[in-house]
Amino acid sequence: MTNIPSNLKYAETDEWFDPATGKIGLSDYAQSQLSDIVFVEILVEPGDAVEPGKAIASVESVKASAEVYSPVSGKVVAINGDLPGKPESINSDPYGDAWLIKVEGGKGDGMKDAAAYEKHCESRAQ
Amino acid sequence: MPELILNPELSAKVVEPTLFELSSPGRTGVTFPEPDVPFAEIPEDLLREDLPLPELAEVDVIRHFVRLSKFNYSVDDGFYPLGSCTMKYNPKINEDAARLPGFAGAHPLQPIETVQGILALMYQLQEWLKEISGFAAVTLQPAAGAHGELTGVLIMRAYHLSRGDTKRVKMLIPDSAHGTNPASSGVTGLQVVQVPSDPRGNVDLAALKAACDDTVAGIMLTNPNTLGMFDENVVEVCKIVHNCGGVVYGDGANLNALLGIVRPGDLGIDLMHFNLHKTFSTPHGGGGPGSGPVGVAAHLADFLPAPLVGIIEEENEEEDIPPLYGFVTPAKTIGRMKAFHGHFGMHVRAFTYIAMHGAEGLRNIAEYAVLNANYIQARIKSVYHVPYDRICMHEFVAEGQFEGSTVRALDIAKRLMDYRFHPPTNYFPLIVHEALMIEPTETENKGTLDAFADALLKIAEEAKTQPELVKSAPLTTPFGRMDEVKAARELVLCCWLPEDYGDE
Amino acid sequence: MTYIPHSPKERDAMLATIGVTSLADLFEAVPAEYRFPHLNIPSALTEMEAADELAGLADANSTAGDDLISFLGAGAYRHYIPAAVDHILRRGEFYTAYTPYQPEVSQGTLQAIFEYQSLMTNLTGMEVSNASHYDGATAAAEAVNMAVANFRGKRGKIVVSPTVNPQYRATIRTYTLGMGLTLLGDDPTADLYAGPEALDSLIDAETALVIVQYPDFFGRLNDLSGFIAKAHEKGALVCVVTNPIALAMFKTPGAMGADIVVGEGQPLGIPLSYGGPYLGFFTSRKQFVHKMSGRLVGETVDSRGQRAYVLTLTAREQHIKRERATSNICTNQGLLALSAAVYLSLLGKSGLRQVAELCYHKAHYAAEQIAKIPGFGTCFTEPFFHEFAMCGPAPVAEINAFLLEYGILGGYDLGQDYPSLKDHILIAVTEMNSREDIDTLVEALREFSEEVGNA
Repeated sequence: MTNIPSNLKYAETDEWFDPATGKIGLSDYAQSQLSDIVFVEILVEPGDAVEPGKAIASVESVKASAEVYSPVSGKVVAINGDLPGKPESINSDPYGDAWLIKVEGGKGDGMKDAAAYEKHCESRAQ
Repeated sequence: MPELILNPELSAKVVEPTLFELSSPGRTGVTFPEPDVPFAEIPEDLLREDLPLPELAEVDVIRHFVRLSKFNYSVDDGFYPLGSCTMKYNPKINEDAARLPGFAGAHPLQPIETVQGILALMYQLQEWLKEISGFAAVTLQPAAGAHGELTGVLIMRAYHLSRGDTKRVKMLIPDSAHGTNPASSGVTGLQVVQVPSDPRGNVDLAALKAACDDTVAGIMLTNPNTLGMFDENVVEVCKIVHNCGGVVYGDGANLNALLGIVRPGDLGIDLMHFNLHKTFSTPHGGGGPGSGPVGVAAHLADFLPAPLVGIIEEENEEEDIPPLYGFVTPAKTIGRMKAFHGHFGMHVRAFTYIAMHGAEGLRNIAEYAVLNANYIQARIKSVYHVPYDRICMHEFVAEGQFEGSTVRALDIAKRLMDYRFHPPTNYFPLIVHEALMIEPTETENKGTLDAFADALLKIAEEAKTQPELVKSAPLTTPFGRMDEVKAARELVLCCWLPEDYGDE
Repeated sequence: MTYIPHSPKERDAMLATIGVTSLADLFEAVPAEYRFPHLNIPSALTEMEAADELAGLADANSTAGDDLISFLGAGAYRHYIPAAVDHILRRGEFYTAYTPYQPEVSQGTLQAIFEYQSLMTNLTGMEVSNASHYDGATAAAEAVNMAVANFRGKRGKIVVSPTVNPQYRATIRTYTLGMGLTLLGDDPTADLYAGPEALDSLIDAETALVIVQYPDFFGRLNDLSGFIAKAHEKGALVCVVTNPIALAMFKTPGAMGADIVVGEGQPLGIPLSYGGPYLGFFTSRKQFVHKMSGRLVGETVDSRGQRAYVLTLTAREQHIKRERATSNICTNQGLLALSAAVYLSLLGKSGLRQVAELCYHKAHYAAEQIAKIPGFGTCFTEPFFHEFAMCGPAPVAEINAFLLEYGILGGYDLGQDYPSLKDHILIAVTEMNSREDIDTLVEALREFSEEVGNA
């Protein structure tokens, strides 16, 4: 069963956004699809502006490669500098340790809530 | 059996030490004479401090590499039904031919008068490849299939620019395409637009028509495609792309099915790369070298890479003077794809191969390659679902999964190794789930094909009755499944002499 | 039916299983009007006949070691290949094996490539090596790809020294078509007598990569440490194109601060073979490994606790990244990397050093003797390894034509790439040139000099 915390917002492309903290990461569903993550590169720096569709990170697993896109508009205020050194935390703790960037001004409008995202994951599993 | 050396410092068992571990200070292998000229001064400030290379005797080196060789499966060993790789038998005469001193000892920058035999061979190979494929000109310069693709995409780009057309920024690529196709387009700045396949495995004509407009540089088409299907509408596909001003690039990876059967140029393909290491039997070498010549239609000949082998002076039949071969520079050449003239060593092998087949022999290759693939398909399709139920070409794709079993294509592939077969290609093309792409080639006899089909059927049984056995395979190979996550996360890409090496 | 093992009976049984009557039935999908074309290819030769034909084509060439004494270099060099190298290469387990995608049955290939990577890393003074590119020229072009990827497209200038091999510069120009980059410094009319610092003014905050060669195309050795440090001040990466035999004696580009070190591995046990197949080695600092193209072999453990090797970081490559890949490369020069590994392990530390020193002393002897001939002189003053440019009293084409009549392949005509160097001839000397060979060259040049003096 894929883990979908109810306090977060979700993008169709499997990024999560926490309106309370401004943090963005990859969902549990995403990490299970990618399987063992071996490399993470954060592509933005504090001070950069982001908008939906802009690539904020690049992730590689043993068998796949994916770009991570910002689900919101805003300004980057922090990036998780510890993450590149422990890419496996995306698999083990996608909503905690493995946050990618923190954004100010992001609203999460148009993103899915937990229930809608769960349906989205189920429809793809077929 | 090599002795298992237990290295107490490592948590893993060392089966065969590395050259660095086998090294011993002061040991010498191949040595050279003292200089027969006076010593010249060597500038001290430019000297290297230490050269940390291994020190081994010749017997140590030979034994080490012989032991390593025994861990390998190879075509000389057995069957290798890798889809789209064409792992046919590598004739031994080719190896001798390439090593003839008159070929192996020639420097690429020698005056053309001193290498007329070499140039005649290259010219003749170009002519034969033209004849086989229906193209007007051929370059032998590209070093591999992907290199040929890059060459082709650059030619397409140059062609459009030469017509003053700067709008063509898109490349159409079928969803079944090999990864090198979009990669070659991507590195040249083109935007990739995917075109779906229809239920019969052909390019979807309606989708193609909708995607074709004057921003399309062309299409990269593999025919037969990676599903092993000959596109039933290939002539129409070419016409549609031509009608919107696009160029049709053919990925020649699957040419083994077409030798003497049809010429890609006749179907409307404008340019195509050959894989000498697939269709023309040059050996795969454990990953290379390949060779990827490119053939083009007449309107693209000016854009070929330079230099190109050509005739500088025509032959004089009356005075019995042969032609003078040399190099020409196509009028609007895209330039150079690599240093020198291409993989001449592979040109010799391919030349020998074609010379030993002739037109009839080439057709036999395609006929029996296609016969062999259809035979295996017929034998296993009642158990392994084949999504496209048609006569296939030289390869076909089956699904490596069964209802009521959690065994997947990966497991089936690994279990095949216990039956002494190299697995087929897995998980490609991407449009078939748990894909197993099987290409037997023409150089396998019926007995081998039956044994392979029997093994697949047996494994299908095991998948239902002993799934754990299949999932833990291979069990009888020298090595088991690898920890790929560890390899990627703990990146160890080379080794060094031990820190205390050379200490007394 | 060359190499095809079916009997007519087997063929018919197979056709029956498939459910068709004849082989032609299998090709119904091919449009009838184009099917079964007549190919104008000569009738098949038997192996005996083919062997004879190939022998004839081979005999129609004159090569060094056979009919000619050679002093040709310029990117490909005649070195002694120990007998043991080919014995290993001829093992079918190596040369008829496929790419090691199934590591359980490919540890021979995988460990050999891991050892090759290790040898090249140690030789160049770098931290990682990939499993190789097609040749030195394309390896240099891939360095451009790596640098551009490293800066994520934010830096768009590439500075290339004009003293980098002209064929490498041409390849880089072709490879960068359509990439929207600005190439600077690649100018054969520049002052070629200047040192690498002549490029300093071209390097700025937009420069992704600077490419220089050591020894350069004219054979010159320059300590690039200062130059590289200055390029680093601007944030640019530096790629050094080098010769692997030279590295047996001389300071490594790694020790000088290079970020990427590439070159042609043909001198390492690979025959000249009219230009290919060769071996492009590609090494770099570890921090760039995720932007590196080409295959990588890494160490791991198998399910039985055995140390083993596997292709790794494969998500970088074209079959996964597809249109986002840094490069489209799908191969490595596997068998040639094996040749280099066998060669380097047979010679080892001391043997490779011996080869380098022989090349060095013989080349310097040749330069010294030639410089004594009236009308001839060494063009450049910098130290050199085994190649040097001689300035002569006539166009190089004339000198080489004269030498050929003596059975000597003269040096490379630098004038064909550099308009200002029309009387400069690039001479390479290796351990394969005996003192007699060199003296013969000197004698012939002396005669030429006298004839030209008399003309």
